[in-house]
Amino acid sequence: MENDNSLLAVNNLVKHFDISGGLLEQLRWKNGRIVRRKTTVKALNDISFSIMPREILGVVGESGCGKSTLARAVLGLYPPDSGEINYQSSRIDNLTPHQMLPFRKKMQMIFQDPYASLNPRMTVKRTLEEPFLFHNKSATPTEVKDKVEEVMQQVGVEPSWITRYPHEFSGGQRQRISIARALMVDPEFIVADEPVSALDVSIQAQILNLLMEAQEKRGLTYLFITHDLSVVEHFSTRVAVMYLGKICELAATSELFESPRHPYTQALLSAIPELGRQKPTHIKLKGEVPTPIELPAGCVFHGRCLYTDERCIREVPQLISLNSGVEVACHAVEENRI
Amino acid sequence: MSHLLEVKDLEVKFALRFGDLTAINGVSLTLDKGERLGIVGESGAGKSVTGFAIINLLSKPGYISAGRVLLEGQELNRLPEEDMRKIRGNRISMIFQDPMMTLNPVLTIKTQMIETILAHANVSKTEATDIALDKLKKVHIPSSEKRIHQYPHECSGGMRQRIVVAIALLTNPALIIADEPTTALDVTIQAEIMDLLQELCASEKMGLILITHDLGVVSQVTERIAVMYAGKIAEIGPTQVVIHDPQHPYTQGLIKALPGSLQPGSRLNQIPGMMPTLTDIPPGCAFHPRCTISDTICRMEVPALISRHDHDHMIACHVVK
Amino acid sequence: MKSWNRFKNSYLLYSFKRDPVAIISFCVLAVLGVISILAPVIAPYNTYDTATIDIMDAETPPTWMEDGDERFILGTDIQGRDLLSTMIFGLRVSLLIGVGAVLFQSFVGILVGIISGFFGGKLDSFLMRLADIQFSLPYLIVAIFTMAIFKVAFGIGRYEDLAEPLLIIIIGLSQWPHYARTVRASVLGEKNKEYVEAARVIGISRQLIMFRHILPNTMTPVLVISTIQVANAIMSEAALSFLGLGMPITRPSLGSLIRAGFEYIFSGSWWITFFPGVLLVILILVILLLGDWLRDVLNPKLYKG
Repeated sequence: MENDNSLLAVNNLVKHFDISGGLLEQLRWKNGRIVRRKTTVKALNDISFSIMPREILGVVGESGCGKSTLARAVLGLYPPDSGEINYQSSRIDNLTPHQMLPFRKKMQMIFQDPYASLNPRMTVKRTLEEPFLFHNKSATPTEVKDKVEEVMQQVGVEPSWITRYPHEFSGGQRQRISIARALMVDPEFIVADEPVSALDVSIQAQILNLLMEAQEKRGLTYLFITHDLSVVEHFSTRVAVMYLGKICELAATSELFESPRHPYTQALLSAIPELGRQKPTHIKLKGEVPTPIELPAGCVFHGRCLYTDERCIREVPQLISLNSGVEVACHAVEENRI
Repeated sequence: MSHLLEVKDLEVKFALRFGDLTAINGVSLTLDKGERLGIVGESGAGKSVTGFAIINLLSKPGYISAGRVLLEGQELNRLPEEDMRKIRGNRISMIFQDPMMTLNPVLTIKTQMIETILAHANVSKTEATDIALDKLKKVHIPSSEKRIHQYPHECSGGMRQRIVVAIALLTNPALIIADEPTTALDVTIQAEIMDLLQELCASEKMGLILITHDLGVVSQVTERIAVMYAGKIAEIGPTQVVIHDPQHPYTQGLIKALPGSLQPGSRLNQIPGMMPTLTDIPPGCAFHPRCTISDTICRMEVPALISRHDHDHMIACHVVK
Repeated sequence: MKSWNRFKNSYLLYSFKRDPVAIISFCVLAVLGVISILAPVIAPYNTYDTATIDIMDAETPPTWMEDGDERFILGTDIQGRDLLSTMIFGLRVSLLIGVGAVLFQSFVGILVGIISGFFGGKLDSFLMRLADIQFSLPYLIVAIFTMAIFKVAFGIGRYEDLAEPLLIIIIGLSQWPHYARTVRASVLGEKNKEYVEAARVIGISRQLIMFRHILPNTMTPVLVISTIQVANAIMSEAALSFLGLGMPITRPSLGSLIRAGFEYIFSGSWWITFFPGVLLVILILVILLLGDWLRDVLNPKLYKG
């Protein structure tokens, strides 16, 4: 995975959350003895990928697959348990908040819920000024004012609404303000966590267009998290499919949508409701989705997979590169059983 | 008695502090036995309110101010609450987005199902259990004899929604209203639930009203689609016709705004502006400020929903001929 | 000007205008507030000035009764002070202690609550257990101990001067866990919201996030419990005074007035207890009614923020 040209490289990232609570809640009665047991959510298990400059890497997966955790881990909101995150070849996952500051200016985030991502007690003006002033302490009031106006115009929010509070705006406008806040520090890299899934179809198109425009004008790089496959197909250059905290397939968008390799990707793609086409059957997966608390041994997908054999139950498949540049973590693909 | 459900000029208002707000403004629909109708629209279009109005379950301050709702010829919105309760959950069942709205977290699935049956049918407990098990099998719940003794929290999201569908089926309803039944679920699970609903409508001869914002889902499951905008039906017709040959500019805009029909990476077609809030619905055609082909007449007169090319396909637009 | 306009169009003002109970309560409270602030100007006599008191006037009934004196509308107390003036000064003392105690307990409680909720972990457990311990100690016992020790240590003379701040601290200390718990609960709700994450992505320090982003968003419930806590504090003070642990009779609060008159109620001088009692009930009632209204209006479920 070492690639010196990459903007962001994530190597073997692991993040588990301890949700077992206090000591008393950890104690269990087992076989006549009291034992202490910890409950951990295994959100990210050995994730590796890299993003090239100006690339849009889409991350798709169903709820609970760890994609939002990945977004936050990349930005240092959750310190990883192990693994490395490198930004432009410098390691950033072990920095102090102060050492992290120069990177904070380069990496920004856009959130899913436009109703929760803006502080309800702060006017648009304060919301937008805060990041700029924080990173440009010597800025004059005119500079701040000009910058706010410029960015507001770019995201299509009327600059005269600057003294309003978030609750005076609709969901789409709030999402624009949220994007404006991220753009205030002129970042290079933006992590977008489901930026359109809370919005209506007609507004969704407006926001996606805005994100594409910003990317072209500013040469941005996106890590784009979503559960909506049609959005990913339209928007991203490469796609990573996640299942239970692992990447099961990583490929160029067109490659992935034309010929999905991993059985999970195949099932996922077949389940997308496509407009007007009454598909005869989608691939029916067996079983239930396991929880990330009790991960199955071997391949995490083996309980639902149609191609499971004895090796899948035993051994964890690693991401391997196929000749077409596709990376897949599947024994069956490796053994040419699919 | 030609139709299973007939909604005539339904009007729903909300009594608020600054006066009444019209949420639904003259909606008319019909649904035949075993037919599947989709109601699509963006948030605030009034699609959920329509669903609640049909079963007369509007929460305050909403009320039906005009129009009629007929189920098999019986007028529902004039029925006393006592009689309406017998119809609700019996002749008409409702499925909500959040399964936990239907399921009581402190009761086992068995208790909840048997209670529902006993409330509407005169059967013994053993018979009720058999009915419950039968319905659970119908929604393809594996090892249902074991499942039935569990509590809702022991089931996954998809399983819960399937149990909700089973509960909706208990009384062999003639009509199921499903309000965003799969929005909270993952695509693979969504596909299963949609398959299930479709299959049940066919085998049980049930009518289905599927309320959703997802055009893709609606286009796969339903036979007819009603597109709602600002409390009115903008376009209604057979699914394939509406999807492939939309006439109303709003429907066209909605379909074009979806990614997937376009070259990846290209700009999406966006509808400018946003849906008006109920407080300031523009005069004339509510869509005219966002419409690319609007005319002077659109600003003054409300367009009527009239049929175009064929009898079944109706749109409300002055300009499209 | 802009914020005035915002207030004029707000839901708060709208629902206030629609609620006669709230309007009446507010007016009564406002009148009582003004009276207590302007007590030295409004009261017919300055009852703190011993020169104006004549023991010969003691236990004069209200003017409309037989033996009434037109100088004393509501009669006099056992020391010959004009009852109306004494009540006005007493109201001032009661409100001062009530508001003071709430300011003190909210300061402590908010600080503990936000630290507890924001940092979590062991610090949270420690502070919350501390709050539990504080709650499990009846404030009366704390007050009896503190007062007794204070009186022994500084003497009765000093006590009369320091009774007010002492009562504020005692009542405030016994109630801070209310604030700490409320604030902690809303901090826990707020701190995982995306706007907090956004602030962290910008790189803003924890202290700034805590006070600039989270604190303002926890203030609604604080406002609601504050009204109820003011009423509680005034009642606590009255109860302490009634037990002889509160304000000395030379600087009486409503509570100590009631106590002073209580001993004479059977000898026929009912008014010394009755009028302060009525005033106390009215004061507590309007504060609680306003608090109820405020809670309904600011209910986060109804409040579109």
